[in-house]
Amino acid sequence: MSGEVMRAPVRAEAAVSPWQLRWRRFLKHRAGVLSLGVLALLVLFALAAFPMERLLGFDPDSTDLFNRFGPPGPGHWLGTDEAGRDELIRLMVGGQMSLLVGLLATVIGGVIGLIIGVCAGYFGGRLDAVLMRFTDGMIALPLLPLLIVLGAVDLTKLGFSAEFAHSGAAGFWRIIVIIAIVDWTSIARLVRAATIALKERDFVRAARASGAGPAYVMVSHVLPNVATPIIVAFTLTVGRVILFESVLSFLGFGIVPPTPSWGNMLNNAQELVTSAPALAIYPGLLIFATVIAVNFLGDGLQHAFDPRSER
Amino acid sequence: MTRYVIRRILQSLLVLLVMSFVIYSLIGLMPGDPIDIMVASNPNISPDVAASLRKLYGLDQPMALRYWHWLVAALGGDLGYSRTHSQPVLTILLPALWQTCKLLISSFVISVALSFALGITAARKPGGWIDGLISLGAFAGISVPVFWLALMMILVFAVQLHWFPASGIANVGDGSLRDQFVHLVMPVTTLALATTGGFTRFVRASMIEVLRLDLVRTARAKGAGEGRVVLVHAFRNALIPVVTVMALSFGVLFNGALLTETMFAQPGMGKMIYDAILGNDFNLALSGLLFATLVTLVSNLAADLAYGWLDPRITLQ
Repeated sequence: MSGEVMRAPVRAEAAVSPWQLRWRRFLKHRAGVLSLGVLALLVLFALAAFPMERLLGFDPDSTDLFNRFGPPGPGHWLGTDEAGRDELIRLMVGGQMSLLVGLLATVIGGVIGLIIGVCAGYFGGRLDAVLMRFTDGMIALPLLPLLIVLGAVDLTKLGFSAEFAHSGAAGFWRIIVIIAIVDWTSIARLVRAATIALKERDFVRAARASGAGPAYVMVSHVLPNVATPIIVAFTLTVGRVILFESVLSFLGFGIVPPTPSWGNMLNNAQELVTSAPALAIYPGLLIFATVIAVNFLGDGLQHAFDPRSER
Repeated sequence: MTRYVIRRILQSLLVLLVMSFVIYSLIGLMPGDPIDIMVASNPNISPDVAASLRKLYGLDQPMALRYWHWLVAALGGDLGYSRTHSQPVLTILLPALWQTCKLLISSFVISVALSFALGITAARKPGGWIDGLISLGAFAGISVPVFWLALMMILVFAVQLHWFPASGIANVGDGSLRDQFVHLVMPVTTLALATTGGFTRFVRASMIEVLRLDLVRTARAKGAGEGRVVLVHAFRNALIPVVTVMALSFGVLFNGALLTETMFAQPGMGKMIYDAILGNDFNLALSGLLFATLVTLVSNLAADLAYGWLDPRITLQ
């Protein structure tokens, strides 16, 4: 008996990749899963504009001045706004604008932040000092007034044609660009910290010792290893950007009417509050629902990606 | 320490200088110039006269030179003349700054107090239903569009219930303290509700972290009561990161102030900057933006100093 070795039975279990593990942990975060569902519904709602336009037979810009502030009914499911336009279709198209601006501005800002963060963290020294002072300076700025000034810039003075400067496309891209150039700082700082921690790890040193150049090391070793905190930061940024977009469009410096966005549908909301309160409620409620779902999703992802959080 | 403070002040001044150039250039890119506005309101000005006026006021000079002239004047205390108010910029700026301070400080105090209470309560039993409820509220506070929250406050409390006035700082002819207070209730509540969410999440996270530490176990072991453990031993340690975050959030708070002031028609800095940009009041917009930046920079510096003071392990160099 004494010489016998106890052997633990080997369980035949399929190998689980880290991403599968993370997905399983995410599924345990109820609020996160629920938010994912809500976001999917909101995307479907925004996309439903295309079939709805065909079904009801009018587009978001078609006005009907004999039917201003029309009540909800079979023709107009949520009624009509101050120019007799269908509120439901405008909400749907506005949703496309808000979600698109949120995603695109985050991606562009994220790429700026990634490049600045990786370069500062990887090269260190003087470049790091300059880039981080620049980032600190950006963080110290009051963003909203700055965004308003950027939104008020006359594009023709920058050499764009007057025709382009006053088109809807210019309004759409302008808001994406101005949000992206002010909102990249959190990602830059995060990536820099992660890069500094990674740089001295053995596998990165080994790669450098075997002759890998900085660009190769950054793309194939550093970036994949900072992916998880970046995904979380990206998610939270989307929420913030959607709020910025709504505020700017509301103040008249964002998406240009007649193209609807959830923000500019509230343009004259101060008057709507007395005449048609429902029109002041819907767009804001949709912004609120989207941003809260995005933030809960970010929270859920953070839990899923953090190995210490076993709940 | 003194050297650190001096270096930080110099850095902040440098940021301010760079910002003044950036904002000056951006404002130069806004539609029209002062002479365009004069021409638009007076059809008797011929293009020749407009051109000579531009020359007279130096608007035909390159941007960098114009900036230099502005900077020299500004350093001498001359921030120019406001077009829309027909008064020197400083006489408009200072009362507006005071109005914004009233709004910012009162809502800041309220949201700090609320977030301490809520955050500590939530951290006592993380994952419990009270924590769940508080977290939901905190997420709502972070996610709500401030201007829409203000709108809903107006809808419910001004339009439907008639409890509070929807705009202004005082009724005409009645500047009494009570009247001013009544006009501040809704803006302050709106701003406080919006900022409490983020603060609560920081307090909660920091408290949970500290409650796990050995110092809490030691305090319990030596027989300190639960209230004393949480409020004295844990809370003091949790305060360090929280204070920094709160001081750093001044910029965000200013964004909120701009929106609440605009929504409730309060004559503060935020509304002043917004109106100045809309009304092509270049001097006022420029000075307003720079003052806002200055306030944010000072609060960031204060945050750093408070950090070193609260946590003796950190030496500022």
